[in-house]
Amino acid sequence: MLSDFDFSVIADSLPFLWSGLQFTLKLTLTAMLGGIFLGTLLALARLSSVAPLATAATWYINIMRSIPLVMVILWFFLVIPLLTGAPMGAENSALVTFTLFEAAFYAEIMRAGIQSVTRGQVAAGYAIGFSYSQNMRFVILPQAFRNMLPVLLTQTIVLFQDTSLVYAIGAKDLLKASEIAGKNYNRPVEMVVFVALVYFVICFALSYTVKRLSRRR
Amino acid sequence: MNYHWNWGIFLEPVKGGDETYLDWLLTGFGWTLAVSLSAWLMALMLGILVGTLRTTPSKPLAALAAAWVELFRNIPLLVQMFLWFFVVPELLPRELSLWVKQDMPAKEFITATLCLGLFTSSRVAEQVRAGIEALPSGQRMAGLALGFTLPQTYRHVLLPCALRMVVPPLTSEFMNVFKNSSVAFAIGVLELTFQARQMQEDSEQGIETFFAVTLLYFICAFTANRVMALIERRTRVPGQMAGQMAGHQTT
Repeated sequence: MLSDFDFSVIADSLPFLWSGLQFTLKLTLTAMLGGIFLGTLLALARLSSVAPLATAATWYINIMRSIPLVMVILWFFLVIPLLTGAPMGAENSALVTFTLFEAAFYAEIMRAGIQSVTRGQVAAGYAIGFSYSQNMRFVILPQAFRNMLPVLLTQTIVLFQDTSLVYAIGAKDLLKASEIAGKNYNRPVEMVVFVALVYFVICFALSYTVKRLSRRR
Repeated sequence: MNYHWNWGIFLEPVKGGDETYLDWLLTGFGWTLAVSLSAWLMALMLGILVGTLRTTPSKPLAALAAAWVELFRNIPLLVQMFLWFFVVPELLPRELSLWVKQDMPAKEFITATLCLGLFTSSRVAEQVRAGIEALPSGQRMAGLALGFTLPQTYRHVLLPCALRMVVPPLTSEFMNVFKNSSVAFAIGVLELTFQARQMQEDSEQGIETFFAVTLLYFICAFTANRVMALIERRTRVPGQMAGQMAGHQTT
């Protein structure tokens, strides 16, 4: 029963949980920045008039989007060491996996963003003598990015929640840290409740911010 | 790459058992389907209810529905699995708590289905709400002006239109249910991902294993997509959906 709960163990394990949360945040930020960068390149490839490039990007995006993330995590954890010949820690494997996986999701957002820029803008860019890459860099992408900012941030909140799935390969994120602490103190129930609360507060605050941000624009 | 390929592994018997690895994967496929489909059914019923309540004029009901959505949307699914599996039984009355922990049949399956169903219901609710809000406000007023009560207006005017409009966004939610069911491995449901990990350890043929499992997940997502496309075609409101609109504009 709730009255039997002993929440003092949480205070004792706070430093340990913080180290887990730090990895969760590092993973989220890495995958966000890397994912948006690679995702933008993928979106450009998908919209490119070079047919093989567009096909390859479309396949990559569709395959990543239709496999469960847990399976993608397991795949990379298995395949990366086979390809490189050296074992890779669960944490590093997670960083690579999430960046490549999230790129597929950010790519679709950026594609929508690029397509949301009006044709007149694109034509005007070319008319003043910009090359394709200059036009993308100075005219289209800045607008695409601004238009899609709320969606990009919402995807990042989803990403933040999804990082908990590194549990499958035992990387020490917030959730794994709470499990270890729960075992050490023999108090798993309190730890699960606390971790759920931490995730809830962070996600709720972030999604509230995004909502206000998109309303103001 | 130093890897010993063996695509015949699926027909070989597992270590210390009579079954083949294929049997493991098929059992896993069965549990994945069972969890996903029951959770989807639950999510549809609850999601339509909660999404509808959010658009009603009643403040407390709308607030309750909003809280529902926020609660299930802001906690990672895996953490929710642990909450239902480890924490909720502790909150029950003593007798019931003991029964759940020791005697409840198919405990993992029921917990996972409940968790995934509630999680997905919050996402379905958001789509349904968006569908209802996208209707012109004149529809609601017309319904009420005809003398319909509010529930009748929803039943005969608003929902028939709104639910058809949300079929496309619900398609991706239906596909997501199969993907999300993979998280149930963490509480010991013997579904595909669980079997994949078990077979990888047991057979040491990771690539073949994951390939087969990934293929099965593809089949789920593809089938879900086709089924929803069929429903979309069958329930389309003439003159209102994008495909038909184009036809009207050209004439």
